[in-house]
Parts: sequence; C-alpha cells; structure tokens
Amino acid sequence: MPKNELILLKNMMQPGYTGSLADYEKTGGYQALRNTLGKIAPADVTAIVRKSGLRGRGGAGFPTGVKWGFLPKDYQGPRYLCCNADESEPGTFKDRQLMERDPHQVLEGIVLACYAIGSETAYIYIRGEMVLGSKILEHAIGEARAAGYIGKNVLGSGLNVDVWVHRGAGAYICGEETALLESLEGKRGLPRIKPPFPATHGLYNKPTVVNNVETLANLPHIVNRGPEWFAAIGSPPKSTGTRVFCVSGHVKRPGNYEVPMGMTVRELVYEYAGGMRSDKPLKAFIPGGASAPFLTPAHLDVKLDFEHVAAAGSMLGSGGVTVMEEGTSMVWAALRLMEFFYHESCGKCSPCREGSSWLVQTMRRIFAKRGRMEDLETLLDLCKNIAGRTVCAFGDAEVAPIQSTLKHWRHEYVELINQAEAANLIKPEPVARR
Amino acid sequence: MLKDKYGKEIEDILSRYPVTRSALIPLLYVAQRDQGYVTESAMQEIAHLLRLTPPQVYETITFYTMFNLKPVGKFHIQVCKSLMCALVGSDTVIEWIKTKLGIGPGESTADGLFSLSVVECLAACGTGPMMQINEDYYEQLTENKLDRILTDLRSTGTSPLKSGPFMWPEPVKT
Repeated sequence: MPKNELILLKNMMQPGYTGSLADYEKTGGYQALRNTLGKIAPADVTAIVRKSGLRGRGGAGFPTGVKWGFLPKDYQGPRYLCCNADESEPGTFKDRQLMERDPHQVLEGIVLACYAIGSETAYIYIRGEMVLGSKILEHAIGEARAAGYIGKNVLGSGLNVDVWVHRGAGAYICGEETALLESLEGKRGLPRIKPPFPATHGLYNKPTVVNNVETLANLPHIVNRGPEWFAAIGSPPKSTGTRVFCVSGHVKRPGNYEVPMGMTVRELVYEYAGGMRSDKPLKAFIPGGASAPFLTPAHLDVKLDFEHVAAAGSMLGSGGVTVMEEGTSMVWAALRLMEFFYHESCGKCSPCREGSSWLVQTMRRIFAKRGRMEDLETLLDLCKNIAGRTVCAFGDAEVAPIQSTLKHWRHEYVELINQAEAANLIKPEPVARR
Repeated sequence: MLKDKYGKEIEDILSRYPVTRSALIPLLYVAQRDQGYVTESAMQEIAHLLRLTPPQVYETITFYTMFNLKPVGKFHIQVCKSLMCALVGSDTVIEWIKTKLGIGPGESTADGLFSLSVVECLAACGTGPMMQINEDYYEQLTENKLDRILTDLRSTGTSPLKSGPFMWPEPVKT
C-alpha cells in the first residue's frame, strides 16, 4: 500500500519485527553510531544535521541543527539532552508508535544527539499515561547498555552516555520545552520566560537541548545516508524529509502514515486513509493537532509542509490531521477543543487562565442555545487579548479553534443564537468548573 | 514506610538525577503504586527523603492529574472525551459505562471495584473511542468489547483485550 519509501516506519512494517535489539541490528541498526563515534567530529555531526534541513517534529518546526548550534561552545560542565516524548497534542499519536514498535531507532538517535552536543546524560520525558511505552523503552535501554551502545565508554570510543526514562504525570503543558524542564526538576510544569533559552539555561540551569521523538529517530538515517539524500525528500528547501501524519476522525482507515512532506491533504485523506467513512463529504479538517486552526474543503489541495500550511492560515504543528464530515457542528467541535485547553491551562499567565474560562463559558452558552449576538464580539475580543500575551505558545493555540471556526462557519454560531433569541431562552449560565 | 519497603528502588531512582528534587514525581508514583493513592504520610516521608518542605511536595502533586489524593476503585476507568475521540463516539462509551456500572464521572461502585473518570486526550486518536484502565489502554471500543473487558476484569483482574505495542494501521499482509 505505501507508495513512497518509508524511513521511520520501515522496520516496524516488516512482518515479525519485534523492536528487539537483535531485530534492529539485523536491519542495520546502530551502524550510524559505529560509523560516527571516533570518525566524525561532534561539530561535523551538527553540520550534517543542519545541512539535511531537519526541522523539529514536535510542533514548532525549528531547524534541529541550528538549535544544537546555540549551545555555548566553551562551556565547562554538564549539558543535557531531553527527548520530548510527552506527546499530548490531541490528534497526535506517532511518537507512541515509534517508541513502542522500534525503541532502538529512537535510542540510537538519542546517543547520536548526545555525541553531537557533548551531553553525557539524556532524559526521555514520556507522558505518564504511556506505561507500556516507558516499560518498552526501559527494556530497550537495558539491552543497549548490555551491548555497549549506552553507558560508559560507548563502543570503546571514550564517549559516556546515560539515558533515563522519566514519566510525566498527566499535564499537556509539559510538552512545552521549558515546562518539561520544570517538570523534570520535580516542580509544577509552568513554562519559563524566554530568554534565557534552554540552550544556555536549561535543565538545572545548564545548557540543554530538547528534541521530539520523531526528530531524534530521523538522525540515524541522516547520518547513514547523508544529508543530501534527506534534503532531497519532501518539499525542499525548507521542509525536508518525511513526516508521520496521524490521521483521525471520520475517515475509513485512521492511523499513522509516513509520507514525504509536501503531499496534499487530499492525497493523504483519500488515498492513504481511505477517504471518508460514509457518503457524507468532508466538511472540515485540522492539519496539525488541536493547536492548529481549522481548514475547509477549499484547502484540500494545500501541500502538507511548513510553509504551505502556514500560508493557508493554519500550521503543520505536530502532524495530527483530524477530519470531520458534513453534519458535524463546528461550534460543538470548537467547544470540545476549548474545554481541553481550559482543562490544561497551567494557570501561570492571567490572560490564558482567566480567558480560557470565559471562552468556555461563552461557548457553552452559545451551544446550549442561550447565546446573544454580542457574544460573538466577546469571543473575538477575548481571543485577541489572549494570543501573543502569554509566556508560552499555549495562548495562541487555545484561541485557534474559535477564531478559525468563527472565520469559516460564523453562520453556525449565528444560527444557534437566532434559535436562542427566537425561543427567548436566555438565562444566566452557572460558573464553569474545572 | 516507603523506605523500608522500596529501599532499593528509591536508591535507584535517586541515583539517576544530579538534583534530588527531580526524583519527586517518580517517588510519588512509588507511593501511589503502594496504596492506590498518595497518602499524606507518604508525602511527608518523600518530603523528608528529598529534603523538601511538605508544601513543596503538595504544590507539585496537585498540578498533575495522574496522582490520586483520595482512594479510587480497584479499576480506575478513564475515558477520553477530547474532540478526536468524541467524533467517533466517546460520549456513547461514557453512557454505556454509566448504565452498566451505575456510576457517573468521579464516582466509584459500592463494592469499590470500579471508578470512572472522564479525561482529556490520551494520544490514541486514530483508534478511538478509547479508555485507560489502570496502566492499560483499551482502544476501538464497541459495546460488546466493553462488556467483555468489564467481565474479564471482574473475574480475572486483567483482560486480553488491552492494547499491546501500538501500531495502526497494521501492515497489509501480502
């Protein structure tokens, strides 16, 4: 079925592949590490990654090699690598598959990254709910340690790398890199004010790199096959490589599909995910997880890469594509996402903490047919005063569903309010509770 | 005392971090595994072990939703209700559970066997509707499947319907 060459999902798609060390080595696993240690200088590994054009797969899409380059060159003392496995963006479930099915691919990427940035300790911050994933990773780390890929003097090269799994405990915000660091330090997961950036003041105030699971899993392949090979895949020059898109919602075959960046949504939804589940046509989709604004059928031919999705008014984010069929209430959909953001707001910044509760209450009122026409202006006004006025990007994310549905499907809001006014059912709403 | 019972595990956890406070969440998990929830005395002991004040432990534990501060049923059912699961019927799953067990969100059955929580996204959006019971995921729920899971849990304490290492869609056999 796959029409393109798989990179990250290739091993696990082989029949009988278990993800054990023996299986991974049979497919050429840890060759990239063998060919790198003692043969390529750390700075050159960074240069290779930069040349490949690899960008962060967690959501923000920052170039990985450039991020590594921000670490101070002459700093004496520990540095840290954190693997962001807190995958909690609604619509996203790719890291779970990468970790549970092919954990050594991620571990090899982690050791390579540690070598490149000069870190001796890596923490995998995995979301607390993924107990199975953390057990599989722990087991894989044990195998890799026994085989000399992790630990003291890796493969006799003098490199020391320790990798630990650290479970989170159920907070969406801990996927934000500075909140992740706070949480890893044993505190409440409140994002830090930047600057200073983690590259200079990260975990325990030491230089730190935080990279997503999928980003790290790409590294062995880039080292093995060269940056030019990677840079030619996808939608060069700015969106290179493949992306594991997570398709969910009203499609026939939801799931993870690894495709080159730059594929259109239409192709992904209708050819890979089997099209809509019933004869109802597509009404709306989200291209990059809950934080990305909704798009319409008119955007089906938008190419799924960072630039084209941004130009269409949304963002590629974490690659979670959620599809909704005709008949889905957009007010309801935006309210569901708003309830998520309301529940997950960490409470540090007032615009987001208070604003999310206002937005939820107003949205609930409209959806329950108790809304007023001026509520629409209230919503937009609130959104305007949250986005860009918070410490982290959560504020921008939480207004995306409302702003985008109001832009494309304002008539659905108006209709509910008209029904409310006709029935004269306007009553005060009880205070929303978390 | 946790230290008497889990001394070796606690030492192992502490050895992973250069700053002891980082061990806080892992130690709270140890306490929760022991009692099913985190007791006040466990929090005090952990504070003492990590040289923190009890409020420092409390402020952290109350931030994270996965820690229970009160006893929960032997099987803690958590159903995802975020948009992606709701599109494929998670609200119906919640209704089924309400009818079958006679409990609503935040409640436990009288025999202390089941508790129900309605939670936000658990990263299984392609295989919804889904729920987590204790440490296990159960995905692509149907009413039949739910019945079998509840029966299995009642009789054996576990169910073969739980998810293994995740991959979806499964590779096409050629």
